[in-house]
Amino acid sequence: MSKAPLLEMKNIKKDFFGNQVLSDINLTIEEGEVVGLCGENGAGKSTLMKILFGADVIRETGGYGGDIILDSQKVSFQSPFDAIAAGIGMVHQEFSLIPGFTATENILLNRESKKKSVLSDLFSDRMDTLDRKDMDRRAIESIEKMGVTIDKNMLISNMPVGHKQFTEIARELSKEQLKLLILDEPTAVLTEKEAEALLDSIRGMSKRGIAVIFITHRLGEILAVCDKVVTMRDGYVVNESATKDTSVQDITKWMVGRDVADSDVAYVTEDTGADKNIIMSIKNLWVDMPGETVRNVSLDVREGEILGIGGLAGQGKLGIPNGVMGLYHSGGTVTFEGKDIPLNNPRKCLDSSFAFVSEDRRGVGLLLDESLEWNVSFPAMQIQDKFLKKYFGGLLKWRDDAAIREVTDKYIEEFKIKCTGSTQKAKELSGGNQQKICLAKAFALEPKLLFVSEPTRGIDVGAKALVLDALKKFNKEQGVTIVMVSSELEELRRTCDRIAIVSGGKVAGILPAGEQLEKFGELMLKNC
Amino acid sequence: MTEKTNTITLSDRVKDIAKDFGLPRLIITGFLVLLLVVSPFVGADLPTQISNIINRFSWNGILVLAMVPMVHSGCGLNFGLPLGIISGLLGATLSIELGFSGAFSFLMAILLATPFALVFGCIYGWLLNKIKGGEMMIATYVGFSSVSLMCMMWLLLPYHSPNMVWGMAGKGLRTTISLEGYYTQALAKILQINIGNLSIPTGSILFFALLAFGMWAFLHTKTGTAMTAVGSNPEFARSSGVNVDKIRLISVVMSTWLAAIGILVYEQGFGFIQLYMAPFYMALPAVSAILIGGASVNKASVMNVIIGTILFQGIVTMTPTVMNNMIHLDMSEVIRIIVSNGMILYALTRKTEETK
Repeated sequence: MSKAPLLEMKNIKKDFFGNQVLSDINLTIEEGEVVGLCGENGAGKSTLMKILFGADVIRETGGYGGDIILDSQKVSFQSPFDAIAAGIGMVHQEFSLIPGFTATENILLNRESKKKSVLSDLFSDRMDTLDRKDMDRRAIESIEKMGVTIDKNMLISNMPVGHKQFTEIARELSKEQLKLLILDEPTAVLTEKEAEALLDSIRGMSKRGIAVIFITHRLGEILAVCDKVVTMRDGYVVNESATKDTSVQDITKWMVGRDVADSDVAYVTEDTGADKNIIMSIKNLWVDMPGETVRNVSLDVREGEILGIGGLAGQGKLGIPNGVMGLYHSGGTVTFEGKDIPLNNPRKCLDSSFAFVSEDRRGVGLLLDESLEWNVSFPAMQIQDKFLKKYFGGLLKWRDDAAIREVTDKYIEEFKIKCTGSTQKAKELSGGNQQKICLAKAFALEPKLLFVSEPTRGIDVGAKALVLDALKKFNKEQGVTIVMVSSELEELRRTCDRIAIVSGGKVAGILPAGEQLEKFGELMLKNC
Repeated sequence: MTEKTNTITLSDRVKDIAKDFGLPRLIITGFLVLLLVVSPFVGADLPTQISNIINRFSWNGILVLAMVPMVHSGCGLNFGLPLGIISGLLGATLSIELGFSGAFSFLMAILLATPFALVFGCIYGWLLNKIKGGEMMIATYVGFSSVSLMCMMWLLLPYHSPNMVWGMAGKGLRTTISLEGYYTQALAKILQINIGNLSIPTGSILFFALLAFGMWAFLHTKTGTAMTAVGSNPEFARSSGVNVDKIRLISVVMSTWLAAIGILVYEQGFGFIQLYMAPFYMALPAVSAILIGGASVNKASVMNVIIGTILFQGIVTMTPTVMNNMIHLDMSEVIRIIVSNGMILYALTRKTEETK
């Protein structure tokens, strides 16, 4: 027993509304140690860091179980201020900088060097004047600690993203009591060169005795800079080992929980369905969706297929389903089973047996303040008069709560939705389970054509697989044609028959799902 | 350790209950109970007091019920209640002008008020659909301006019934019109129960119960479900094929019609028609009553209406008697204003908390 570790987290547990998101987490960090923390979205990394940093959301949702021991003392931070005072710094994924202030002002915000003046003697230290020279000195000092150069007088709003990120880190470094720095995906927005510089500065910090927790999806960086790598999955620490003993493959395996290389993925490599009926034909579609403008899309969807729509963000792939379903203003012609579908009218689309799972779960997809029962049954009730008891020859349409409960329970069972019951409110569910509710809502409509937009955005691995499997099963067993829009090409390739790549608001090309990755890449950049 | 968590959950549970019930509601209920307990000791007759509360509940219940549909459809609290009240007043005065009398004039007043309520409600609803997001402010101005317009109209409209017009000029309606010989107590007298000083207007309460049941039932129908969904998330409703504007219009028309019926029931209990500025003062008590009942800006139930009306009217009737007997100083108006406006303020601050 040489020296007590800097930080020990023992048996940390946390649940949100009965959903266990962290179970028995143990984590030890020595002084100056760099620990890489990895795991897929929803593995519990962010929650763990929020607990450590005393974020309000943890306390508001009922606190956590287990102990945090910092410098041999048990601590329980009531707010981030306590955590900062104890020497913990955190750089968040989202920037928290003031755009109109310079780098120096941001770095030393509320900790400025001050000079006494007559006024401050008379009133209080709120009337002190700023000691600009000393501030500049301190700012440069902390910037130099990172080993990069940033103009200390540049306004944040004029900076490239990378420099903003460095300014955030410099702010944490300028705190003298800093012992432990949490970096939450700091390199996600950086170019390769900037990322390299950041890794250097992490090494520098470690030499100075500052411990670093480094969260990233870029596993190469973890191997390059960390002493130890901790892998989390579904709320558990599944592996903890020294970096020198592991490899990217190992980490991936632990993260996903299965052997990635061995998993037999059956890609559809050939375009076999050319003789199938065209069920929907889109011609010269334009959609005015902010950030996802569709300019001129013509696309044929075959009966019974799963058509993927991929492409880079902002190229217009999301605009296609939103435009056809009438949620954003659009023009062009859409024919379904030989009939023209009027645009800009959601009701007409739904009447023609379309259904849509929106990418905007919380904004469009769910009634957050209502029960799961309502969420699942509402569209089917309104459009197809399902779950209603009719009296007086259909004059009175009475909500059939028993039938609604039955169908909701069926989907809760089928999709393994984690909830306390069918009357729980939709807002209390986790992202993955909310997505399952959105699917259940669309399935309850028993559509002929289903649009699914970003079905796996922001949900954990388990839910992801379940959602994709449910879609495939729905397609196979009920013969439902599915149009799936997603930013994740790999996911499209595993699920779809054909993939259309949208670029610059137009269809750049359609390929069988199993085509070489390079070919998809070419198409993505074609009209940019 | 376990002991500590237990105490936390216990105190949390108490806090949860207080939070569910609402601190202001808790205080007001406590205050009302206190008044009821104290009243016999300061020389007020308890059965009379209780009769008063029940009576005032039967007068006001439907006006408070009129708040429910618009809250459900996301149009907020109906500060434009005077518009519906004016429809009711038009029905009432027309019924008398056309020479109907007795309890039958009440039925005719309802029938005559209905077309006005539907037309005014449609125009009001159309207006509210144009200014989504600012409904409550516009509603307030609709209420104010309709009252002012009608102040002129009551003078100008060609009414001739000697029971209603100014005696000297022979034209223009009086500010207060007695319903003696028309429909005063038309509902209250049905099956009325009298035990000593305790008197219960069974008919009025049954009429309220009928409408309240109708509202409850409506919220369980397809259209009612759509109304709640529109209020909860209009984007969701739209993407589910619901015509959001139409549902909102229906809710506004319902609210306006209920306000028209509500004022007629109020008049039959009170015994007078009050014109000119009177409708002006009807919206705020109704708004605060439903808020005291536990409704928020976007959620309200029939239960909220019943509890809220009893609590609010209880305070309004009990405070003057008890306070006057105790401290020989008229505090009732002050307390009424503090309670009603305070409640509205409280609800509006809670609105920001509940929307994501």
